[in-house]
Amino acid sequence: MFKKTEAFNWIPHHSTPHTFPHYAGKILLPHEIPPEHIEELTKTSVLTRVPSIIKKQCRRCGNQKPHLFGHLPHAKCQQDCLYCRNCIQMGRVIECEPLYIGSPECFWPAWENALAWAGELTPSQQQAADEIADLVKTGSGEKLVWAVCGAGKTEMLFPGIALGLAEGKRVCLATPRIDVVRELFPRLQRAFPAIEVQALHGESEKTGDGQLIIATTHQLLRFAHAFDVIVIDEVDAFPFHNDPSLHFAAKRAGKPDAARIYLTATPRNQEKRRIRSKQLPVVFIPKRFHGHPLPVPKLTLSFNLSRYLKKNELPAAILNLIKKPRDRQLLIFLSSISLTSGLRGFLASKGVVTEQVHAGDEDRKEKVERFRNKEIDILLTTTILERGVTFPSVDVFVIDAGHEVFDEAALVQIAGRAGRSPDDPKGDVIFFHSGKTNAMLDAYDLIRKMNRLGQKQ
Amino acid sequence: MRCFICHQEIIPEVNWANVWKIDAKQTCCSECLSLFENINPGCPKCGRPSVEEICFDCVRWGRDKEDPLEKNISLFRYNDFAKDWVARWKYRGDYELIYSIAPQVKKVWREAGWNYSVVAVPLSEERLSERGFNQSEALIRTLDKEPLHLLERQGSEKQSKKRRTERMAAANPFKLKKTIHQPVVLVDDIYTTGTTVRHIATLLKENGCPKVYSFTLFR
Repeated sequence: MFKKTEAFNWIPHHSTPHTFPHYAGKILLPHEIPPEHIEELTKTSVLTRVPSIIKKQCRRCGNQKPHLFGHLPHAKCQQDCLYCRNCIQMGRVIECEPLYIGSPECFWPAWENALAWAGELTPSQQQAADEIADLVKTGSGEKLVWAVCGAGKTEMLFPGIALGLAEGKRVCLATPRIDVVRELFPRLQRAFPAIEVQALHGESEKTGDGQLIIATTHQLLRFAHAFDVIVIDEVDAFPFHNDPSLHFAAKRAGKPDAARIYLTATPRNQEKRRIRSKQLPVVFIPKRFHGHPLPVPKLTLSFNLSRYLKKNELPAAILNLIKKPRDRQLLIFLSSISLTSGLRGFLASKGVVTEQVHAGDEDRKEKVERFRNKEIDILLTTTILERGVTFPSVDVFVIDAGHEVFDEAALVQIAGRAGRSPDDPKGDVIFFHSGKTNAMLDAYDLIRKMNRLGQKQ
Repeated sequence: MRCFICHQEIIPEVNWANVWKIDAKQTCCSECLSLFENINPGCPKCGRPSVEEICFDCVRWGRDKEDPLEKNISLFRYNDFAKDWVARWKYRGDYELIYSIAPQVKKVWREAGWNYSVVAVPLSEERLSERGFNQSEALIRTLDKEPLHLLERQGSEKQSKKRRTERMAAANPFKLKKTIHQPVVLVDDIYTTGTTVRHIATLLKENGCPKVYSFTLFR
């Protein structure tokens, strides 16, 4: 998953365990530590002081790009000091101040039989779960779990996590998206009721001193060699897959001998290459947990689509399909935020009541909840809802599927929103386009291939 | 060239006006710049947006005694985008973020035509060591001016944590170190209730300064 350029040998190796979980495996700025404790904690090597910016690289986020460094006429030093602009949102890393690394060796309890989840795994889920558990036991290795949308990835992790906790290990489940953290947190807490599961994201107040943590990948920037087991969900998702500092953080957050598990439904080329060259062990689950095949998208040509969209209108053929009475709810994916509001107005003028969500929407959580409770029939959305969210019974339309925001991974994920429930394993998936793109064809081929492989099993 | 806010590459638009000479260095992409809201015309005295006459607050300031402040000019409305901008610049300490709007700051300053000495608003020792820089001095440096250090600050309570009535009732946290007998401009990042600038203006005027203006980024 990661290039072997950074060995992290500046992170100290410790052997004496301590009792400060809120410092364990953490990277801290000087002002994040009570000043009266710094000396004592450094002396007992609970904390180790390291330079913060070395060879034009920020040690916290790994940033090396010159344009992401800035100069500050520092009042304290009376001279220009270099600081990192890449991770400024987590507090300023400046070259004249050190970073403190907390020793990861902390007393974590061993939890016998922590798993309260009583569900049953399908044979293919069980196989993946066994392989994950094996890796947790041995440590020092990677595994990619390539499972179709709706295969039940979270449940496959439970036995492995339980095993890690039974051995007194520290476990982190990280995902690029805050919505996924919010959705998985209660499920994880229900599965492990005896343990206080911590959810870490930009808006949470937690300090990150838990043994079982679910976090956004951004939060991993606060950790160094902290976890024995690190699971990264949706490795192909934005912003993880194209942000080198998140890869840097994910690599550093695990101990050198950590078990690393990556989950995806749509591996990117980088991972595919490593799978082909046998560098990355993979376990493959081409079947959904309910055993039904994935809904195959229908590619529908719509002439002059972009001309209609420019005017915030829809061709009559698509409008009629939206208006058609249906048994399921309808999720419509659009390429931009302005289009969601534009088309909402257009549909309202045609007597179709809809709601819209996008990344900047403050009421996003609440609207998604209302859609789930079937208080909304039709939801217009950007790619923000492409993954991680589950609605039991929906049809899915993608309008202008040829747009560049809809790459292969996005389209596969979007198609994967339909037919999630065993009660209604089908759903119409229609890509409206004004010319097929490679992304659409690749997504179509991948879904069909998965269904073929699933049937064989 | 990259945007100092979102780090995106800026590709300058070439037209017949600039085909021979590319524009001066751009520091902010058009998308980010469009998220700032200009104030026009605003209150002629304090620049409060979406009014055209002297606003209620300014009337109040001058009701019992003469308003110590001559006039305030602000660049942009203090909207959500500006709040995030200020949080990143001042509280997170991303000093170079000021470069993003430096051309706009200079333009508005030129248009104001204030040829007076520029006075910095001091920070308490504690805040200064926390942030690493004084936002008022950073702004003055953006204007290619030398700040005058006439004041010092006692106590370190944050204005932004208080409400209007609390701010106005609070004792003047500033102390004059040096007097001045020419008109001056105070430079600061935000004009919220105008209490800070009026605290300083009162001090300056009581000690011989004829006129006090203020120049702020956000209103």
